[in-house]
Amino acid sequence: MRYLPLTPEDRSEMLARIGVAGIDALFADIPAGKRLKSLPDLPLTKSEIEVERTLGGIAGKNIAAGSVPFFVGCGAYKHHVPASVDHLIQRSEFLTSYTPYQPEIAQGTLHYLFEFQTQVALLTGMEVANASMYDGSTATAEAVLMAHRITKRKKALLAGNLHPHYRETVETVSGMSDHAVVALPPAPRGAEDILGAIDKETSCVVVQTPDVYGHLHDLRPIAEKAHAAGALLIAVVTEVVSLGLVTPPGEMGADIVVGEGQSIGNGLNFGGPYVGLFASRLKHVRQMPGRLAGETVDAEGKRGFVLTLSTREQHIRREKATSNICTNSGLCTLAFSIHLSLLGEAGLRRLAQVNHANALLLAEMLGAVPGVDLMNSTFFNEFTIRVRGDAAEVIEKLAARGILGGVPASRLDPMRPELRDLIIVAATEMNTDDDRAAYADALKEVLA
Amino acid sequence: MNRQGRPTEPVQALSVAPETFTGNRGLRIEEALIFETGRTDVTGVDVEEPKRASRLGNLERKEIGLPGLSEPEAVRHYVRLSRMNYGIDSGVFPLGSCTMKHNPRLNEKMARLPGFGDIHPLQPQSTVPGALELIAELSRWLCELTGMPAVALSPKAGAHGELCGMMAIKAALTARGEKRSVVLVPESAHGTNPATAALLGYRVEAVPAREDGTVDPEEVKKHLSPDVAAIMLTNPNTCGLFERDVVAIADAVHAAGAYFYADGANFNAIVGKVRPGDLGVDAMHINLHKTFSTPHGGGGPGAGPVTLSAALAPFAPLPYVVNDKDGLRLIEHASDTQRKPFGRMCAFHGQMGMFVRAMSYMLAHGADGMRQASEDAVLNANYVRAALSDLMSLPFGDRPCMHEVLFDDRWLEGSGVSTLDFAKAMIDEGYHPMTMYFPLVVHGAMLIEPTESEGKASLDLFIAALRDLAMAAKRGDTARFSGAPYYAPRRRLDETRAARQPVLRWTRPMPQKEAAE
Repeated sequence: MRYLPLTPEDRSEMLARIGVAGIDALFADIPAGKRLKSLPDLPLTKSEIEVERTLGGIAGKNIAAGSVPFFVGCGAYKHHVPASVDHLIQRSEFLTSYTPYQPEIAQGTLHYLFEFQTQVALLTGMEVANASMYDGSTATAEAVLMAHRITKRKKALLAGNLHPHYRETVETVSGMSDHAVVALPPAPRGAEDILGAIDKETSCVVVQTPDVYGHLHDLRPIAEKAHAAGALLIAVVTEVVSLGLVTPPGEMGADIVVGEGQSIGNGLNFGGPYVGLFASRLKHVRQMPGRLAGETVDAEGKRGFVLTLSTREQHIRREKATSNICTNSGLCTLAFSIHLSLLGEAGLRRLAQVNHANALLLAEMLGAVPGVDLMNSTFFNEFTIRVRGDAAEVIEKLAARGILGGVPASRLDPMRPELRDLIIVAATEMNTDDDRAAYADALKEVLA
Repeated sequence: MNRQGRPTEPVQALSVAPETFTGNRGLRIEEALIFETGRTDVTGVDVEEPKRASRLGNLERKEIGLPGLSEPEAVRHYVRLSRMNYGIDSGVFPLGSCTMKHNPRLNEKMARLPGFGDIHPLQPQSTVPGALELIAELSRWLCELTGMPAVALSPKAGAHGELCGMMAIKAALTARGEKRSVVLVPESAHGTNPATAALLGYRVEAVPAREDGTVDPEEVKKHLSPDVAAIMLTNPNTCGLFERDVVAIADAVHAAGAYFYADGANFNAIVGKVRPGDLGVDAMHINLHKTFSTPHGGGGPGAGPVTLSAALAPFAPLPYVVNDKDGLRLIEHASDTQRKPFGRMCAFHGQMGMFVRAMSYMLAHGADGMRQASEDAVLNANYVRAALSDLMSLPFGDRPCMHEVLFDDRWLEGSGVSTLDFAKAMIDEGYHPMTMYFPLVVHGAMLIEPTESEGKASLDLFIAALRDLAMAAKRGDTARFSGAPYYAPRRRLDETRAARQPVLRWTRPMPQKEAAE
């Protein structure tokens, strides 16, 4: 096997040096009756060519986003990633290193985590950010638990337009840890009464902006009402490119901002691995989950970085930790940080503007198709349309015509008949005039 | 002498290396933060000029403060940073419990095929049959290797997998109308085990090990009661030993109506040798980034699929792939299934990018290669043990270990050298240190896991270096240790200062005039 350097001669020599007759002597603690007598019922070793052939065949059955006019979003977006990003994250020293527990030989990782934390804090308008969570949904669930720890209350209030997968993730973790969740019903037109649902038991209010239907929200009145009731405001951002153009939650009174960073530097990957963003006010930092890189000096007085405030973490505090998270999204974090360093403020702002402009063009074209209503008065790069008939069928018919036109709302929330005719449509810098024209024409045909 | 053996003229060497003017040392180049070098008006990405229009509802942002770099500047920045890191590709990385094995680049190539890397989780299922096939195939391999009937693939890392498995256990108990409040965790467990149990509201009871470092089923029985929900047992355990009474422990736990959760962090020792399902395990997470070689990437991303017994399978979280009369389908909602999923671990369907890499690893090895890998991993660890046991102390006697070998610090007593010092001196010798101070059950623990990726020649050099260091420590050559590392990109870092005066982000330095006031 090409990945195993030991030769049969090495093995014999080593067994002799250890002083055992054969390899099985080293497995003697495994109950003899339980040991496998033969190989597992699986294929035998394959050459590199054979593996490529097998997996290439499987991959070839899927329609890649880059090969068709593509408008699918809802928490994962098809953006361009510069070639240098993917090259740099595959540098051996980044790719094959571990959690930086030995900081003297992990300054590369710690340095970029410190930069990442600063970038995320700036982007969200918050004071501090951690070194990443698994993804946006798990970051949201952790934020709710953190709010419970801070407020000593147990009830989370979720806006109806929070991504349903995020809602379910929060409900699962909260339900299992005996915390209450109140989820408001969806409001596809964007207007929902969150203020009226905040009460004295509320630990936190969770609001997504842009929300799952694409509407933007001014969080200031919600923050005010939440704070007056002694609750925290958790803002969720699943399209982080929007922060290049839209007022960040940190400037609107949010106490914790969580989000999905996949849009910057990371591919679609069928839903993972992604990169969870987590930022908060400095005063709550000791209640934060996850890893934190901090600045310090070495024995010669040189600036260096280490993982710090570890007393919050499971490897030190065990059952008293703020979270059980250990491995996070290291390499996806690096991809995010490299791409954002390349963009810089000027590039990010422009990228956001292009996304917004492309969405405006698309909304206008689709809105002109007979039988289509635009549901949004505000949006960034994603909006919702109402179509005649069953949206899931429309999406299938579009796919048959080579257009991936968006997400039927019923795919995320199948139990609500009022959502059956809605399609959530995302536009990015990847869409061309031809893509948009193809979509509008195909939709016209399908709805005719 | 140069490499060809021709004599070379010796150069009059300076006795002390001069401090350089720049702070750089040859290939080791000091690097600033992007916030110190970048500018908010510079960008390394060309984006077309957009048409101005707005549906932002008066929520347009003012300034952000993000620095930009041109492409050459950015590439150089990250290349220089990378050179301050030690990776598996740099040398031996014997970090116990972490399984730092070789990361085949074929896996990276496969994960980047557009049919895997460039597909969206919410595309119509009809456009991604290959994705469902890959998930089904990975599930089949994992079920076969563990001898368990079901697997939940969505957990995103080991700790997330623990949470998933324990949630399945909690759901199963709830379905039986039971509310149990205690989880048993051996003292040698990873910190994630008690943290996971506590997160779900369980009270954690520690089970002490016996003299030989393993768990005694009689001790477990003392802790069992109708209030115990589960035991969380790592096997092989973190002392590098196989829990030989695992079957008796499983039987006792099941007899008490509780479940057996296995932490699969150390699965690499037993793949193809024994199946956890045959030992009575009800749930076990598998770290794809350990056992199946998906890269650790400086701390992630990982993947932590959980294999489940027949008793727990109906409670597996959404989503999952089923293969019925309609072919492969992804079940995303409780309303689409007769089973009783306990909920959802995360958005979308799990770490597809890691599934592909793990699948690529498994296909390459095959059943025979995977068993050989486990045997080599165990052989390598025992070779290290045999070569060092005369110098360094083994807490549980000189007996075979599994894929990692645990030393304590008794052999350093009176030398003035601590486990930490010893680890830092290894850095100077060109090695990543072993895991130190874990597990907590032995004093000054040093946990060495060479993995199957080391050849004999490499291990011989590693052993020689450790022997030299051990003898130096015993000789009282303390300066070599107390000041280490001398040759890393940084000397020893002040972690106390980092925690007492936390600086967690860059901020603009105050102008000197203000600072003086």
